[in-house]
Amino acid sequence: MGPLPFLGAALASAAAVFAAGVAIGNEYVYFASYTVAQYIVLATAWNILGGYTGYVNFGAAGFFAIGAYTSVVLHKTMSLPLLLMIPIGGLVTGLIGLMMGYLTLRLRGVFFAIATLALAIVLHTLIINWSFVGGARGAYIIRPREVMLFASYSQYLFAIMLLLAALAVATARWVERSRLGRGLAAIRDDETAAECSGVPTLKLKLVATTLSGFLMGIAGAPFPYYVSYVDPAGAFNLAYGVNSIAMPLIGGMSSWIGPLIGALLLGTLQQVATVTISSSVNLLLVGVLLVAFVTLAPNGIVGLFEKARKKKSDG
Amino acid sequence: MDLTLSLLINAIVAGILLGGFYAAVSIGISISFGMLDIVNIAHPAFIILGSFVAYTVNLHLGIDPILVNFILSPAFFLLGIAMYRWYYVAFERRGRESLSGLAFFFGILFIGEVALLLIFGADYRTVHAPYIGPTLEWGAINLPLRLFVPFLVSVGVVIAVQLYLTRTFTGRGILAVSQNPVALQLMGANPQRIKAVAFGLSIATAAVAGAFLIIIQPVEPSIGREYIGRVFAVCVLGGMGSIPGTLLAAIILGVAESFTATFYGPSWAPAVSFGLLLLTLAVRPAGLLGR
Amino acid sequence: MAEPILSAVGVSKTFGGFVALDSVDFTVHRGERVGLLGPNGSGKSTLVNCLTGTLRNETGEIIFGDERIDRLSTHQRIRRGLARTFQIPRPFASMTVQENVEIALLYAAAPAGLVHQRIPHGAGPDDAMHILEEVGLHKKADERSGALTQVDLRKLELARAMAAHPRLLIADEAMAGLSTGEVDEILALLLRLNQAGVSIVMIEHIMYAVMKFAQRIAVLVAGKKIADGDPQAVIANPDVQKAYLGE
Repeated sequence: MGPLPFLGAALASAAAVFAAGVAIGNEYVYFASYTVAQYIVLATAWNILGGYTGYVNFGAAGFFAIGAYTSVVLHKTMSLPLLLMIPIGGLVTGLIGLMMGYLTLRLRGVFFAIATLALAIVLHTLIINWSFVGGARGAYIIRPREVMLFASYSQYLFAIMLLLAALAVATARWVERSRLGRGLAAIRDDETAAECSGVPTLKLKLVATTLSGFLMGIAGAPFPYYVSYVDPAGAFNLAYGVNSIAMPLIGGMSSWIGPLIGALLLGTLQQVATVTISSSVNLLLVGVLLVAFVTLAPNGIVGLFEKARKKKSDG
Repeated sequence: MDLTLSLLINAIVAGILLGGFYAAVSIGISISFGMLDIVNIAHPAFIILGSFVAYTVNLHLGIDPILVNFILSPAFFLLGIAMYRWYYVAFERRGRESLSGLAFFFGILFIGEVALLLIFGADYRTVHAPYIGPTLEWGAINLPLRLFVPFLVSVGVVIAVQLYLTRTFTGRGILAVSQNPVALQLMGANPQRIKAVAFGLSIATAAVAGAFLIIIQPVEPSIGREYIGRVFAVCVLGGMGSIPGTLLAAIILGVAESFTATFYGPSWAPAVSFGLLLLTLAVRPAGLLGR
Repeated sequence: MAEPILSAVGVSKTFGGFVALDSVDFTVHRGERVGLLGPNGSGKSTLVNCLTGTLRNETGEIIFGDERIDRLSTHQRIRRGLARTFQIPRPFASMTVQENVEIALLYAAAPAGLVHQRIPHGAGPDDAMHILEEVGLHKKADERSGALTQVDLRKLELARAMAAHPRLLIADEAMAGLSTGEVDEILALLLRLNQAGVSIVMIEHIMYAVMKFAQRIAVLVAGKKIADGDPQAVIANPDVQKAYLGE
């Protein structure tokens, strides 16, 4: 299936999910589904650099938060519609991804990973010390009272995040199957050999960090409207960092399906656990699953399926 | 004496004292990452674990925290060996260290923090020891004992580790493995056993340093994250596996942080270590005393 | 003698205090088959890495065609027609044999550009199969490259290098660890490549292969070139014999 038909299918699926949500009509359903859809975007974004290219980003929370805080700044300085804030947030984080890549991608993958963590913490510290956005105390964002075409603002946010999820997944699939994606896979498999096969590794890695950063930023851009109160602790929450790694890893890092499955499963699981047990236990669960999968099933759920399928066709 | 000059001198002194402590906290990473190429970013989790163990025993039995962790260090050492075995079987042996190994340790770090949060809650914990509180005064220089005592013990630990690595048979084996594992195998030694010992040592030093930490400041589960930047900054700046380099780099970091905290405010301190790390990686990745 | 296609002049490289290459001159002429010999640690791999750009030479110049390339990145040199195989094969393990070759077709042989789906002319799957036929791997086109035998891995290395349409190929111990029959297979491949116009540098320890293949031999010892010329003469050179056999 070509990229455009797939995009159509993704959008149609998103519309179907939206319709189902509206039919249920429960605010909590919008709330929970928004979070899962947000994780689809984050996990998919992470995987472009992580699973496709082989470079681990520990600082997803930083990109997410900057997307959110860009919206905060825009909200406080001009009155832009959310739909415009989203791409602007993405552009800012895309640029950060590019700069970070430029500074650190010449180093080994290990140092890149540590540098991503460093970046997240540096960004966190900058935001804490920036009084314009409320510093450590945070900022309040008043949602518009009503919005055209939608019954409530929550419903509107739900629709937007579903749209972003569809776009993110379609983009990831398009990259995966393109010449760019093949080059990224070569880099992941063996960077030196890729370079010796003519792959411009630095350039492609920069594309990956920029695109990944962009998508993580757009996941964060609607966040202030979602929570109404943004503070650094919430925006830079470690849960985003861990989930954006755990979800692709558990789902399967080699294709666009993995992050989707991982986000759906783990996201739903966490929503359930947070409500029934506690939010700390749910985080513990994510950590344990991450370690279990990386030790026992490194190719994720998708990998397990493939193994089972191979066994069936061989046996 | 002029207030600013006095402030400056004390900032530097505090920085040096803190730096000694940072060295003790970081030698584990100099061993596991600098020498053995194992990216144990969960290292801070073991430091905080050490802090909470010291806290618990100190709370219930009243024993000095530093003493507690030294006594318990064999247990931490064994924990380190167990972790290395797990890492080796699941990752090193299959050649998957890079991405999967990183994700693994990140998961461990995360589990560590959340588990401690569940057990102890998010409140800051402190210990009780006679040297937390008094300050030695030497002219214009203040030497808070809660910094000075850990500093002395830390330097002792660093020296002990360096002596171990350079003077004992196993220690030299560790240095040999870090430089040329194949040659070691050809000589009949088992690199895996030596690496296990080294990793055990790295975790033991982390946990022991955790006792120093909770003397210097109150501890809660999430402060481990600040230490990721610190230990890797020190390790890289120090030249990846050079123990003297680690000490030097740690003192530089300590002074830089102390400066920043004194003159710009403590909320900027976490950024110093990471900033220093990024700077070192960008400008001189081989560090100060690098191989 | 044809004009030079590759000229390395005064190339040096040190690691810390260790001098791996000491002002080495190395030339390859158009269409030539050159053997590069030397004991382990003599600097052969370092020289190859400097030629391909994996390492940067500290002194000297490297000229390929009529262009100075020592400031260029590796992939830029590859795109200009320089190719290499690796001592220990480095397949893209998650891809099939055919996909491995297609990477080189998509990047080394194709025009610059980032994402375009349309496979460039001369890089379609048919072209990959054509190359695989040349090396004898066409029956294994859909196999996971990570699971190949040694000799097939080395053929894949060559196939990837050929897909880049090179003018010069550096074959770094392409026959190490192979049986005599397998050595002959690879040797035949290299000869066919040379007949098609590709200049070849062969780095090898298997003397039988070198003597059969090379028109000229250069010898590196401890970072310095100690001999360069007619194969028979070089082999008979007492300095060369001492380097290989010791005192």
